[in-house]
Amino acid sequence: MAETPKIRVPKTAKKGDVIEIKTLLPHTMESGQRKDRDGKTIPRKIINKFAVQFNGKPVFSATIEPAVAANPYLQFFAKVDESGTFKFSWTDDDGSVTTAEEKITVA
Amino acid sequence: MRHLSRRAALALGAGSAAITVLGWGKGAYATPQAAAGDVAKFTGGAKPESGKISIELPEIAENGNTVPLSFSVDAPMTDADYVSDVLVVAEGNPNPGVATFHFTPLSGKAEASTRIRLATTQNIVVVAKTSGGKYFTASKLVKVTIGGCGG
Repeated sequence: MAETPKIRVPKTAKKGDVIEIKTLLPHTMESGQRKDRDGKTIPRKIINKFAVQFNGKPVFSATIEPAVAANPYLQFFAKVDESGTFKFSWTDDDGSVTTAEEKITVA
Repeated sequence: MRHLSRRAALALGAGSAAITVLGWGKGAYATPQAAAGDVAKFTGGAKPESGKISIELPEIAENGNTVPLSFSVDAPMTDADYVSDVLVVAEGNPNPGVATFHFTPLSGKAEASTRIRLATTQNIVVVAKTSGGKYFTASKLVKVTIGGCGG
């Protein structure tokens, strides 16, 4: 079920740097607006929440509506003062959660 | 049908066509009012000031299925003064909501990019809330060649 997310985080950074993070999760993001051949509405199934934590502290999150395109792509920034781990999570309408981790070394 | 003159028939046709268009427009798409309602809910009724936000969107989107959107809010992003939430609404989609972004001082910058769906040519409105409880807004018009909400 769960697809593998693509994440880009720099491997290293200097203390206090603001780094750029890019994420993409393959997902159809069925909007609930489309109809199938019999005219029945295809039920909505989207990623409705995305969240990022760094060493357990919230960095960035987004509440997502069907107006976000398929394969939700998010680019944002994070200020790093110490080495640690970014934890990413994508919450599906069906309740399943896709998670991923990326480590960064801060000198 | 014999009782119906040509003129009357035409008038009837035009009338029902107009009703269809109006009714469909109302049912299928959000209006600037609905989008403003979402903004009012977000700000708790406060009127956002314009400025501080820059939005990057194509002037003309050939494919409404995936339109790149970036915004950046001018803010120091310190513990004392940062942008906590950013709301994005579309005035001409089936539902006005697009996404709400939540930032913390650890975000470093109140900037993000994503890709959105646009059903038709419309205004995109971005509203930012600061940790001090101030609201700022900006909007941008995007012309959409092919709508992106399926049919």
